[in-house]
Amino acid sequence: MNNIWDFHGGIHPLENKTQSLSKAIVTAPIAPQLTLPLSQHIGAPAKAIVQVGDYVLKGQCIAEAVGPVSVPLHAPTSGTVIAIEQRTIPHASGLEDNCIVIETNGKDEWRTRNPIADYTQLDKSTLIKIISDAGISGMGGAGFPTSIKLNTRDDTAIDTLILNATECEPYITADHSLMREYADEIASGVAILAKIIKPTKILFGIEDNKLDVVDGITAALAQHNFAALTGHATEAEVITFPTKYPSGGEKQLIQILTGKEVPSGGLPAQLGIVCQNIGTAVAIHNAVCLDEPLISRITTVTGDAVNQPCNYHTLLGTPVKFLLAQSDYQENQSARLIMGGPMMGFALANTAVPVIKTSNCILAPTEQELPTPPPAQACIRCGMCAEACPASLLPQQLYWFAQGKELDKLEEHNIADCIECGACSYVCPSNIPLVQYYRASKVDIKQRKVDHQNAELAKERFDARQERLQRLEDEKIAARQARQAAAKLAAEKRGKEDVKRAAVEAAVERVKAKKAKSVQEFTDSPETQKTKEAKEKESQANIIATESDDPIARAVAKRAAQQAEDAANPENKLIRAIDNAEQRISKSQSRVIDAEANNDENLAIFKQAVEKAEAKLASAQQALIDFRAQNSA
Amino acid sequence: MALMRITSPHAHNKQSTSDVMKLVLLATLPGVLALTVAFGWGTLINILLASIFGLALEAIALAARKRPIAFYLKDYSALVTAVLLGIALPPYSAWWILLTGMFFSIIVAKQLYGGLGYNPFNPAMVGYVVLLISFPIQMTTWAAPIELLPASVSVPNLWDSLLIALGFMQLPTVDGFTMATPLDLLRQNNALMIDDLKQQYSQFGDWGGTGWEWVSLGFLAGGLFLLYRKIFTWHAPISMLVALGLMSALFYDGGSSASSGSPSFQLLTGAAIFGAFFIVTDPVSSAVSNKGRIIYGAGIGILIFLIRKWGNYPDAVAFAVLLMNFAAPLIDHYTQPTTYGHSKKSK
Repeated sequence: MNNIWDFHGGIHPLENKTQSLSKAIVTAPIAPQLTLPLSQHIGAPAKAIVQVGDYVLKGQCIAEAVGPVSVPLHAPTSGTVIAIEQRTIPHASGLEDNCIVIETNGKDEWRTRNPIADYTQLDKSTLIKIISDAGISGMGGAGFPTSIKLNTRDDTAIDTLILNATECEPYITADHSLMREYADEIASGVAILAKIIKPTKILFGIEDNKLDVVDGITAALAQHNFAALTGHATEAEVITFPTKYPSGGEKQLIQILTGKEVPSGGLPAQLGIVCQNIGTAVAIHNAVCLDEPLISRITTVTGDAVNQPCNYHTLLGTPVKFLLAQSDYQENQSARLIMGGPMMGFALANTAVPVIKTSNCILAPTEQELPTPPPAQACIRCGMCAEACPASLLPQQLYWFAQGKELDKLEEHNIADCIECGACSYVCPSNIPLVQYYRASKVDIKQRKVDHQNAELAKERFDARQERLQRLEDEKIAARQARQAAAKLAAEKRGKEDVKRAAVEAAVERVKAKKAKSVQEFTDSPETQKTKEAKEKESQANIIATESDDPIARAVAKRAAQQAEDAANPENKLIRAIDNAEQRISKSQSRVIDAEANNDENLAIFKQAVEKAEAKLASAQQALIDFRAQNSA
Repeated sequence: MALMRITSPHAHNKQSTSDVMKLVLLATLPGVLALTVAFGWGTLINILLASIFGLALEAIALAARKRPIAFYLKDYSALVTAVLLGIALPPYSAWWILLTGMFFSIIVAKQLYGGLGYNPFNPAMVGYVVLLISFPIQMTTWAAPIELLPASVSVPNLWDSLLIALGFMQLPTVDGFTMATPLDLLRQNNALMIDDLKQQYSQFGDWGGTGWEWVSLGFLAGGLFLLYRKIFTWHAPISMLVALGLMSALFYDGGSSASSGSPSFQLLTGAAIFGAFFIVTDPVSSAVSNKGRIIYGAGIGILIFLIRKWGNYPDAVAFAVLLMNFAAPLIDHYTQPTTYGHSKKSK
């Protein structure tokens, strides 16, 4: 006999389970429309692989898994896809998300099924693939993809398989009725799980408010030879323990059955434990033995606002409204509608949302049953919350720190280990919505982490930018100094040139005087003729240059005028060449500076250009001097 | 009908802070009854006047702080403070003593800090200590147990008791109407063996002080009732009583003149039991974790004995509680319980 351990805290809320247990499971009729959210599990949403207008068969895959943490989705019955669009999904915030909407045709026509005759011949990875392809995610609450939980790394030895049949939330009886009517399927699912993870111990945990099913489950488990499946001695045992909320929490159940605590932030696998809900076990049996993917589940419909509370075997995607109507829902008495139980369930925005893979209960309480909470009173630190907390936290301190947004203190007091079971809020005499404070604080802490990372990044970027700017500034200063020096040098050069030019001009004057003197003598010479023509041309070009509207004509004219002038006075051409060369040098120099500042790859080319321009300047200057010397000679 | 959208949990155990306070008030009844039987109507008048002042002061403070008055008065916390202070003060205390005490309890110790839940010190004990330091004579004049009164002295009836408290009548000045309490006698004693002391002064009863034994047992009954109803955990009160008992056993030398009385005497006299179940258990000003509350309670028990034996005051619950109120945040810092998944064996 396996020992059982107690966990700290816990509460004993009114169970309210008998209402929905008076009848056997009812198979709900097929609703005219099924709405299937693409995200019914933890992880990446599935991707639709059908089009609007497609006819789908029951069990046909309609959306495929995306990425490793994702599961596919299947058509729960035959019908036509009439929409793939945003619809309100079952979510605490009443969010909208992508859904595939199927109009059912009532034929419930299956796709071809290929059940496996003997799964014991299959290996672990094949079985996991089947489970993964069947779209199975945890059916107890969180909806974590089952295949990932089972696909344990080879270096983590799993010795214990825990079946969670606790169902500690008040009102919910989905698992209880499942055990009453599907014991064999559960046991078959357990056997497949045993085949996959090969534990030495299988612990089937049931709260002692469900003792009526223990014999049935024990007998069903006895039909399987677990030693043959695992290849070594394996004991399977049904263990009952005192009813206490939240004993069905994975961490709490592990503590009850093994006395071990899952390390904070860790996984049960680290302790060699895998925990599965019994609803998931049935889904696995259906997938492996019947080739039926996860397309339906057991959902409890209860609460005083329904006249016929019971458990439904319902297709996924069935609107809550449709299911409630089967139970004679009294809309005018219903104060709120809860998906899940009264402790951890969330209030629904409207009745059109569908049943999804994790919907274990639809609770329709009256105002008398679950009254509107009164306004919160002051926290008197009575400590009832700390007595109730299954994680051994100090909720009153967390509340104090949450009010003051003391995030460091909250982390120090392990707010991350809060499982949001609601036991503290349940016992709080001041009616403080403690869990809500913790949820908000957790978001704040998460946000702070993100902000912190962003700030780090921004700081890195800022530092890098400062460094770059400083470098540019330094380079600019250096370049400016270089330019100033160059300019100074150039000015000095020009100063020398001016002296030269004055000498040259004086020489030119003398030449002109000479020319004027002998102008008559050379009237018939070809050179004079040329000058005349040039002058004529120049005057024509001037007219065009000043009067024409056509820019090209103007430019041509200008050039012609220049040519004419040059012909008349060849020295001008040479002087202009010097000017041009100087301009080019300064342009090229500034380009070099820019290039250096920007680390431009063309730097070398620009430097060459400067050198070239300088060479040109030198040759132009030389040409002028030569010319003048010639003329003067 | 529009569907209500609130977050989980949706269920509540339907116990309110007002209920908790009402249970505490109810639990004081046996002790108050014993006090009335033993010392006359004085305590009831104390409680009556303190309650009126307490509620009025609370209302004024709430109005000044622009808080909803009715909502906060309905938490009954002011009433609890008033009743506790009324019990702690000597019977037939004058109205101005009560008013001053309640002013310091409600206005200074509680509302100035932000009201219920934000007071670092126990309000009733703050009021009590202020009075004890300011008016030592009035505060140490305790009515004699009725059973010890000479036949010539008549006990004031309810109406006369009210008139005395309001100052329209004098307390009977006859010798013997007020007496030193057993703890006073023990403090002042330096010559007599405990047994001789007991024989000489009728204030000493078989176990504790005459009349006090029943008062203590009355508060014990109330305290156990609250424990049974899980209004508080056993940690702080039991640890305080154990610490006080152990200290007095350690220093009880069998009854010499230097002795400080047997453990039963120490526990059943004065405010020890009342303090353990009604003052030490005040959650607002105590340590929060169970481990912390054990340390907190033990600290109070030890301090009570130290002050009773070596201090200047015959009784010491109020001082001990206030001193440990100071220490509570420090205790909290070092006694944070191990969270699930953080124990050494899980790492």
